[in-house]
Order: sequence, then structure tokens, then C-alpha cells
Amino acid sequence: MPGTLIIAEVTDGKVRKSTYSAFGFARQLGSSFDVLVIGAAVRAAADELGAYGAGTIWVCEDAALAGSVCERVAPTVVSLVTERNYDTVAVTASAFGKDLAPRVAARLGCGYAPDVNRVDASGSARRYRRSMYSGSVHGWMEIVTARHVVSVRASEFPTPEGTSSRASVEPIAAAEADAAAQRIQWIDTQQKKSERPDLAEARVVVAGGRALKEQFAALLDPLADALGAAVGASRAACDAGYVAPELQVGQTGRTVAPDLYIAVGISGAIQHVVGMKSSKVIVAINKDAEAPIFQVADFGLVQDLFVAVPELTRELKAGGQS
Amino acid sequence: MKVLVAVKRVSDPENVNKVKVTPDGKVDASGLEPKPSPYDEYALESALRLTENGQMPRQRLGEVVVVTFGPKPTELMLRAMLGTGADRAIRVDANDEELDGDLVARALKALVDREKPDLVLVGYQQTESESNEVGQMLAEYLGWPQATYAGSIRSEEDTALVVGREVEGATVTVRVTLPAVVTVLDKVAYPRGVRSKHTPDSFAYPEGVRFAALMAIMAAKRKPLVELALSELVSDRATRVRYGVVEQPPKRAAGVRVKDVAELVMRLKSEAKVI
Repeated sequence: MPGTLIIAEVTDGKVRKSTYSAFGFARQLGSSFDVLVIGAAVRAAADELGAYGAGTIWVCEDAALAGSVCERVAPTVVSLVTERNYDTVAVTASAFGKDLAPRVAARLGCGYAPDVNRVDASGSARRYRRSMYSGSVHGWMEIVTARHVVSVRASEFPTPEGTSSRASVEPIAAAEADAAAQRIQWIDTQQKKSERPDLAEARVVVAGGRALKEQFAALLDPLADALGAAVGASRAACDAGYVAPELQVGQTGRTVAPDLYIAVGISGAIQHVVGMKSSKVIVAINKDAEAPIFQVADFGLVQDLFVAVPELTRELKAGGQS
Repeated sequence: MKVLVAVKRVSDPENVNKVKVTPDGKVDASGLEPKPSPYDEYALESALRLTENGQMPRQRLGEVVVVTFGPKPTELMLRAMLGTGADRAIRVDANDEELDGDLVARALKALVDREKPDLVLVGYQQTESESNEVGQMLAEYLGWPQATYAGSIRSEEDTALVVGREVEGATVTVRVTLPAVVTVLDKVAYPRGVRSKHTPDSFAYPEGVRFAALMAIMAAKRKPLVELALSELVSDRATRVRYGVVEQPPKRAAGVRVKDVAELVMRLKSEAKVI
């Protein structure tokens, strides 16, 4: 029976948490689903993936797949999809997924729905909803071809409950390296060193703006530590060099949707807000009572951040000990 | 090195919060100034840097061709890009309504077959649909390697590029042998983001993309800008996706003001239950 094939994302032998949102998507469709885990060292990840209702976990392990270059992965995905006649291919809309999915769609000759935040399978044609214009508009789209390729936004499809059944694990071979694959060489992957959780996967994000100046790390790091939070920043803070550019949240940075987002000294320019407005609870701390950030905040505190942040850090630490 | 840069005109991305939805479910971007999608401007900046010695930016060591899919008025954007240093421009006459990313990729494939560039550069996504797909689809149709999410590019002997791809929490470095497709982030326009082998290591670019001098804009009027019909590039102009209605996402209701840190902590614990 045709169903959905999910391509899992594995880094350093571990399944990326965001992969499970694609499982959530398949379960919402009511579709049976299998998973392909593909890379240089992925066998260990297969057992973990099998506990969420998948039928088969296809394992494609090959030293030549180091670095997971798309030019090797895509042909393998396509041959599995055509051989097994899957009607849908789904990935999580991470850099890995969004690099791979359009190439797979073009190779399969089918339509692609990118970065989907909702699916409506109630009518005769499945409809996908996606954010456009930096979240100012939600657009509904349909795929005209019989087969669909979809990337799903991690924050909008929750990880399904685990099941007691275990999927079967089947090895498959990687596709031959074609001309494109021979012309790309993976050199290395440098993980950015951080003791903190990744922005995209953190339950709590503490973000700062330019107002923190050279005190950025001195003030926000202890607060983030007290909450087990990731640190983010506005574009202005990154541009001013107070913090590393990869921590930027917003239109030209990362999009996050944690349970709790604390915006410190951030005015709330649209360019920042579009990257965090899907957070469940937003806190704003800013001495300017008119700052637009208060329009999206659930809890606003009008106070000098140099006073409020150390006090908040102390309160949280004290609370944690009691 | 010959570089083809695909660019898109969009509604002013700095003011997207003013985009509205009409009662019949269409996008209303009236009042927003048309601008080049910023990531495509970074792609052009990358193309210029790869075809020059940064110390002598007026001397082009190669060729930069810009192409857009759009109606006649998008030629203004192309003219401005000729002013910043591109050598030639092509406008494929089309309206957004008749296109999807796949059709644009197939048309670009046909154009690449004619133009034979060593490299195609595009912004990693445009700011309206934010689909992030054309570069990857084009690479597949051409059978070329792709380097997406480029934050840095270095050329090696004009036949290979070393690209730093910025992905979540990591930089992935790859070497692509040309011809190839590269999609870029804003970081390529940092002082050390993109550099050709012709630019000395000691040279640092100013931050951001370059602007055209008035003289260059005047001179650009003599540079070639040709129009092509979409039908000259692709005979099958069917799209694979179709957009229906758009809707306004629910607005976040403004919340409460707390009087001090103690009240904030109390509410986060007992009311929001997030700490």
C-alpha cells in the first residue's frame, strides 16, 4: 500500500529531534509511513526511530555518504520512492530537509510544498498551508502531480507519542554516484561550540538587543543558564558585534518557536518579530514603554534591563533551590 | 569565470507587515515599493566579487549576466544591476501567477544550456513565497552539484569553489567543481564572505552590497538588456503546484504589563506554567 516516506536527519549518529515533526505530519495525514535513515554512520539511530509507529526503517549506511551531500542522498531517495511507490515524501524543514526536498521533487518530476505549517486532507485534494511574506500571510496550496514532496515546519507538528510496536529494520544500498555527486566533495562540518541547547530545539530562548551593549554575555548568559535556555539576539545586536551572527533570530536569521521567549532590550522591529512570534509565551523587558515588542508580548515589564535581568536571574536561581 | 545570477523583484521586504489580504483571499501588497529580493542582491554581490580583484572592482575578470522573470517594469531593477557592475541582463517576460519554482527552474535550465555559465548564483530564497527551491531544482535539472545556504565562497583557479554552508549550529564546508549552482545567505556580503582567487588576502571588502555610482548608471544604459518569451525557453509551461486563497494569520493579543520581576516570575510559574 502506498504511503509516506520520511527522510530522517541524523547528526553525529543521533536523530535530530526535529525529525519527529515529520512523523507528526504523517500521523496527521492518517498515512502509514516508513523512514529512510541515510548517512555514513546511522545504524544506531534506526532503533530509536522505530518506536513511533513507522512500518519499516530503511537503513542506508555507506562511508561515501559522509557529510550527507544531497547529490548522493537524493538519487537513493528517488529509487526507493519509485521502487516502493510511496505517494508522499516528507522531511522536516531544516537546512538538511530544504536542501534535499526540492532536488528530490525535481528528480521525481512532482510538485513540492515547502515549509508547510498545516495540512488539510479532508477534501478531495490535499491542501497545504504555508507562511509567506515573513509570516504576514498564510497561503494555501495544492500539488497538481500525483506524488507529493513536502517539508514541514518543526514547530507546527508535534512529535507523536511513542508506540509499543517496533518497526522492522531493513538495509538498502546507496545509489551510484552520478556526475553531480562526483563534482562535490565534503570537506568538514564544524559544530559551533555551545554548552547550551540549539536555538531551534530549545524549550526556552533568552534573546537580547543592541541595548545590552558589551554587557550582552555578562547579563544574558547567567539568565540562560538559570533557565537551561538557548541564547538568541536581534539583528542590531549581531551587526554591532556584541554576539555571534548565528544567534540572530528574525527574517534574516533563525525562526524559533519555544515554549518561552524572553526578549531583553529588543524594540520589536518586524524583522525580529517574524522570527519569534510563534513562541507559546513571550516576555518583553524594555525600559521604553512604547516599544512595539510589547504588542506581541504576553507579559511585559517596563524597566531598565540592567536592573531587571540580574534580579530575574537571582529570583530564578533562588526558586530553583527552594 | 562566467556567472549567471537569477534575481526576483518583490514587494519591499522591510515593510511586509503592511501586506494585507483582500476579502476574496488574495495578497494585497499595494503601497509597497518594488525592490530586488535582498538575497538576490547578495547573489549579485557574490558574482561581482568572484569576477574581480577586490582592489580593482571596475575591471571585470569574467562576465556577470543577470536574469529575471517578470513584466516590463522589472527592467528598472535590471538596469540598476547593470549599473552596479553586471555586464548583460535578460528579462524573461512572465507574471508571477503563471509561474512556480519548478517552471522557473526548467526555464533557467534552458537558459543555462544557451548561455553556458560556469556558475549560477541565486539568493537562498525570495522574500515573498520564501520557497527556497529554485536553485536546488535547477541543479537537479542540469545534473550539477549544489551548495545551498552559502555564507562564504572562495574561488580556486576559477574551476572550483570552496563554500561554507551555514546550517543549524554548524558550518559545512564543501568543494564544488564547476559548473555548479550556489544559493547564498546575507553573510556572503560580509567583508570576508566571498573572495575570488584574484583578490589579495590582505584586502577586506566593505560590509554589505555595493551601490552604483551615478556615472555607472548612465553608462549602464548602453549595456545589453534583452527580452525573451517564456515560450522560447520551455514548451511545457504547466506548473506542478497551484496556490489558492491566502489568509491573515491570527494576531497575537497584547498581554499584560507586570509591575516588577517578582510578579513576572510568579505569573510565569502559576499562570503560564512555563518555568
